[in-house]
Amino acid sequence: MSNAGVVIVGAGHAGGTAAAQLRQYGYGGPITIVGDEPVAPYQRPPLSKAWLKGEADAEALMLRPVSFYAEHGIELILDIKATAIDRAAKAVVLSDGRRLSYEQLILATGSRARPLPVPGADLAGVLFLRSAADAEVLKAALGPGKRLVVVGGGYIGLEAAASARALGADVVVLEREDRILARVAAGALPTFFQRYHEAKGVRFELNARTVRFVGEHGKLTGVELEGGRVLPCDEVLVGVGNIPNDELARDAGLACEGGIVVDLEGRTSDPAIFAIGDVTHRPLPLYDRTFRLESVANALEQAKQAAAAIAGAPPPPHEVTWNWSDQYDLKLQMAGIAFDADALVVRGDPAAAKFAVFHLKGPRVQAVEAVNAPAEFMGGRLLIGSQKPVDRAKLADPAVSMKEVAAS
Amino acid sequence: MAKITYIEFNGKEHVVDVKNGLSVMEGAVKNNIPGIDADCGGACACATCHVYVEPEWLAKTGSRSAMEESMLDFAENVESNSRLSCQIKVSDELNGLVVRMPESQH
Repeated sequence: MSNAGVVIVGAGHAGGTAAAQLRQYGYGGPITIVGDEPVAPYQRPPLSKAWLKGEADAEALMLRPVSFYAEHGIELILDIKATAIDRAAKAVVLSDGRRLSYEQLILATGSRARPLPVPGADLAGVLFLRSAADAEVLKAALGPGKRLVVVGGGYIGLEAAASARALGADVVVLEREDRILARVAAGALPTFFQRYHEAKGVRFELNARTVRFVGEHGKLTGVELEGGRVLPCDEVLVGVGNIPNDELARDAGLACEGGIVVDLEGRTSDPAIFAIGDVTHRPLPLYDRTFRLESVANALEQAKQAAAAIAGAPPPPHEVTWNWSDQYDLKLQMAGIAFDADALVVRGDPAAAKFAVFHLKGPRVQAVEAVNAPAEFMGGRLLIGSQKPVDRAKLADPAVSMKEVAAS
Repeated sequence: MAKITYIEFNGKEHVVDVKNGLSVMEGAVKNNIPGIDADCGGACACATCHVYVEPEWLAKTGSRSAMEESMLDFAENVESNSRLSCQIKVSDELNGLVVRMPESQH
């Protein structure tokens, strides 16, 4: 088989969306998606949220119905890895020996869970949460009376902790820094989330360094902390960040820098090759720097940009990056990134579980984190995009509407 | 099951059958109907599934939640019949529903 057209490596949120967007933009050539998981593109965010709690089924996870791909002339090659890119011949080599020729290649290979380099990491019961298969294993392991230790107090860990509590499991979260959400948030937010989780029965161990997973007969029985204390448990979920799957690109000689280096259209150092989603190291013009983002919003934005560039459609507008997290009855919505922020403004009341933290650089909003506060999220996102100077006193005063703050 | 008509900003109509229990947003996304982005997948977190409900259907589609109201408050070109389509659940009651899309979701 040799089909040219567009070949997309990676059947995740980014890859699946790029294919659909190419058709929406009127691209008429062949499209082939190669994915190393056995399933058609699906949404990962619910895996730690609604799906884990049993509130969404497998069909609801699918990005598009499976029939969509055939109906739109998109070939899905699943459960197969791309092993090399032959840039000179414009072809991708697959693990079953096939070669797919391409006019344009889109790399949407995503990221993988970062392993914890400690003894015992290969014991049964040491789990990750990245794929639907990971989520199946975790879900099957949770239930009333089960003891889960989460290593890493980031969003994945906290969402899993909330879902595990909903399923009746005992949960301890280990964080090696002195606060949770250490890498991703600042200000009132980490304290708020820790207290909220504690009220729901989650225990936290801060400044806790995991040195070993303890087991018997190949099965995990506990987690050993620095100092020798062992926390007995049935399962451990490791949520300590992600690593970009950029090996294919690096081996092919594409510029990489902790992710595949791309421009605003998602184009790599080879003009026939695009990269989108978690795997990319991309420009962030608003912040005058480059960065690797891990979010659905980023995957979608880049999928649209690359699809438009390939289809010859006008480029879609650039977006302020954003993300969200659902924990218990809390909806956290975040926009922007708190680069170079020199001040924090809290609006609303954390005790009422309805507030927002704005990160300011001088008079400008760089980022917002809003808990059950959608107006603050939406207004903040506008302000980040416009870079309009904001009146701090008004911003801090919930009596002044966000509409007025954003317009001032 | 409900037959739903989605009308793009440019006037192009898409008539599709949507299963009960799905949202009006999911009906569009699953059929690759352009104009409803639904970036967050239906978590009421992004306001990119904005539609205008034809006035005669407003009673049957229900009222906006507080969350939805706040999100819509900042969307572009909001009208009294604006809804976030991820918040409208499909049932037999909605057979024949017509929704129109705004010029842009962003």
